[in-house]
Amino acid sequence: MSSREAILTRVRLNRPRGSFDLPSVPHFALAQPEGLVQTFVRSLKKMGGRSVTVQEIGNPVAWIQKEYAPKVICSAVPQIVGNRDLSQVNRPQELADVDVAVAQALLGVAETGSVVFTEAQLQVNTLAYLAQHLVVVLNAVDIVAGVQDAYRHPAFSSAHYAVFHTGPSATADIEAVLIHGAQGVRSLTVILQE
Amino acid sequence: MRVGLFIPCYMDALEPEVGVATLELLERLGCTVEYPYDQTCCGQPMTNTGCHQEAIGAEALFTRNFSGFDYIVAPSGSCVHQVRVNMTSIAQTEEVIRVRKNTFELTEFLHDILHVTKFPWARFEHKVGIHYNCNSLRGIGLASPSEIKAPFFSKPKALLEKVAGIEFVEPARWDECCGFGGTFCVFDPAVSVKMGQDKVADHARAGAEYIVSADSSCLLHQRGCATHIGNPIKFMHIAQILNGAAA
Amino acid sequence: MSAPQSQDAASSKLLHPEVLGDHFEGAHDADGRPLVHAEATSRPIREPVQQEPQPRGAKDRGHRPVDPVEAAGRFVTATIHEKAHDERLWDGRLRRDAAAHALPEWEAMRAIASATKEHTLAHLGQYLAQFEAAAEANGVIVHWAEDAAEHNRIVHDILRTHGAKTLIKSKSMLTDECGFRAYMKGVGIEVIETDLGERIQQLDNEEPSHITGPAIHKTRADVAKVFASTLGSDPTADDIHKLATVQRDTTRPYILAAGAGMTGCNFAVAETGTVVVCTNEGNADLSANTPPLHIVSMGIEKLVPTLAHLTVFVRLLARNAIGTPLTQYTSHFRAPRPGTQMHYVIVDNGRSARLGLAEFWTSLKCIRCAACMNTCPVYRRSGGLSYGATYSGPIGVILSPTFDRAKYSALPFVSTLNGSCTNVCPVKINIHEQIFAWRRVMAEEHRIPLAKAELMRTMGYVLAHPTLYRTAIAAADEVLRWLPHFVIENRFNTWSSKGRDTPNAPKQTFHSWWYQNRIKGGKSA
Repeated sequence: MSSREAILTRVRLNRPRGSFDLPSVPHFALAQPEGLVQTFVRSLKKMGGRSVTVQEIGNPVAWIQKEYAPKVICSAVPQIVGNRDLSQVNRPQELADVDVAVAQALLGVAETGSVVFTEAQLQVNTLAYLAQHLVVVLNAVDIVAGVQDAYRHPAFSSAHYAVFHTGPSATADIEAVLIHGAQGVRSLTVILQE
Repeated sequence: MRVGLFIPCYMDALEPEVGVATLELLERLGCTVEYPYDQTCCGQPMTNTGCHQEAIGAEALFTRNFSGFDYIVAPSGSCVHQVRVNMTSIAQTEEVIRVRKNTFELTEFLHDILHVTKFPWARFEHKVGIHYNCNSLRGIGLASPSEIKAPFFSKPKALLEKVAGIEFVEPARWDECCGFGGTFCVFDPAVSVKMGQDKVADHARAGAEYIVSADSSCLLHQRGCATHIGNPIKFMHIAQILNGAAA
Repeated sequence: MSAPQSQDAASSKLLHPEVLGDHFEGAHDADGRPLVHAEATSRPIREPVQQEPQPRGAKDRGHRPVDPVEAAGRFVTATIHEKAHDERLWDGRLRRDAAAHALPEWEAMRAIASATKEHTLAHLGQYLAQFEAAAEANGVIVHWAEDAAEHNRIVHDILRTHGAKTLIKSKSMLTDECGFRAYMKGVGIEVIETDLGERIQQLDNEEPSHITGPAIHKTRADVAKVFASTLGSDPTADDIHKLATVQRDTTRPYILAAGAGMTGCNFAVAETGTVVVCTNEGNADLSANTPPLHIVSMGIEKLVPTLAHLTVFVRLLARNAIGTPLTQYTSHFRAPRPGTQMHYVIVDNGRSARLGLAEFWTSLKCIRCAACMNTCPVYRRSGGLSYGATYSGPIGVILSPTFDRAKYSALPFVSTLNGSCTNVCPVKINIHEQIFAWRRVMAEEHRIPLAKAELMRTMGYVLAHPTLYRTAIAAADEVLRWLPHFVIENRFNTWSSKGRDTPNAPKQTFHSWWYQNRIKGGKSA
């Protein structure tokens, strides 16, 4: 008998007796009196990220240059042109020297301050992880209220890879002191487009 | 209403005055109280150690002693928890089930059954920190524990609030276990004592002159820890305060 | 009536203010204010502390029973380590409370999560088959491992087939359970832990002590020492940001060069074949997305039926574990990137057997949030390494005996049965009741010390015979000998040996008071 058969046989034989019905999951009302955008902005800040508006920063590329003085900018967003061509990247490791990565989020989540990406937005998945800093373009109309709403998006049934980013990379593994830039990006900034 | 008084074995041996206060209090409140003389113990020392077979004799004796009462009342939530929740070593006859169901801890009896609203003979002009034995708190619901999202209530506090002059203080970790834990206090003494010393220091830092509880097993442990570190904080069982004990 | 105010201003209500420093060291938000996050009180341990050596865990005695009490005693004696550990994890518990109590639907979600897991476990065969079919349709290669050894062999085979000599991995308790790192070392494959806490422990040749913070028992000085001796960094440079940078900088080359990446699995979604991994560092995403080969180690109990049900678990997990609405990264792996391979290794290792234990199968609901550890007053003062097992704390007490009853026979007694763990469990495992049940199992199987068993027999006899009992407790000097052992244990006399004074025996028992005042004296019984 293969291991597969042995395991499946045992879980069937040993299964607990009783009805154990599958519960339904209600759609919970989320209290967001400030509205989607302000709630998103506040949640993101609590998780160590920040947001700016297109009006505030003006030309995104110029703003990125001023903020980060980056040697390498790699952008997955056609309107924001960096100096590393993502379409020419063959291996994920090639993005190791990127200072600032730019990508557009599929969704924003007000409850948590998260942005959602799939491989469609990132093109090369390591773009959002090997870079030192991540700049995210997010349309305000793409902000949903909660995680429960985000999961209804078809991407979660069809994408190869889907991820919620909630602020930058962090850890509190040493003495519970919170630091940013554990393995991944040191900062995450959302450029909010109304 | 026939009330059978159950006095825990450790109280029988070490703190009979708390048993006397319980008796007097119940009689003051109009109860006819009987004390079955042949009682011994609820069986918890054995079941707490996993030795359920060895608890059968004590559990059967408990049932025999307390059969026929309308209520069985004990000044110990942990013993009542053992009876109501864990007294399952003996066969569950109708009488066993009835006795188990009608066993109450003193505070819940006063609060839920007698609905006592005043203690005119009682006065306690001191700062009091309330300690909740864990079986009493999470096992039989003497108060709402801090982990659960629910409106707060406390039966001991509701009763103590009726005592003239009393002032409540709150430690930082109001419902953290004090480390007594039945068998635990002698199995893992270093950790048990650290927990007890932390508990006592926490109440002292909040300004408590007295730590008051509905369970003196915890208080025995805490008192031992307090005197060892020279902490002068005092201890009293809720029965004594409600019965009008002076400091 | 007002509730006790323990949830607010958590860091101002410290039990041990003398241990923690005054200044704030952690990360700040966009406005420059200190960020409240995770287990973080983000206050350093005071300077003089640095020299206290790190207390090590339970001694390895092969198959002989682990002695957690001896190890806990050493942890308590290391006063700075113990107080800091206690304070930090209690803070984690308070942050959990704040996050949980902010949601009106919190208790409803716990109920749904619990019922979902029970349903899934009761129909596990069906969901495993559905998950496998979905995964294979997505191009994932699925393997089945009956035990730890088979898991390790399967992973080795996959790596060997691909010529991968270095493996980067994110945190997985299952791989710790399987002794994976030791096995890989034996077959010459270099495994690099990417999670900071796991990496510290790997370098220090120690097991993780806590499910979400593997090195939370260490001070920064301990970490600096480990890095100095293994990575060549400055042993005196113990600024935490600098230490984290040392790990980031030394791990990154491995990430870029690795031939394969391995992750664990928080949740496996049957309807889509997705594996969900939650981290704060992003190291699972790096491990999975950088090398051309991604291997997932998952236990059979990780299944959830649908994305809709996944939602509830994702909303519960981080709030319960670290007090934030989500972890920094919540990653969903469903199919391999073009030109790469993805493998799932589905592992039993005793889980199917545990499913058949009527009193203990619900422990399989566990989603590894570690809230039970944070709330456990015994765990916080003993340290996770004192349990001598992969799984420690309350969940470890009920899981570890299923792996080896003899070795872990003492664990069910490392508990006060206070029940706080049960109340914080997001999937409503009745942990403290299972601990109580395990004590019965250990006693029935004669795995408790002979002296204790004999004492129980004697006490059981005395307490069943009223006249004998009354005689025993009436004698003043006998009282302290015949008391229930949980007040005094005569044979070992541990009551007073460790910082607690013995109670004085009173002049008369309640029984004799009653006899004198109510039977002899006048009032009838």
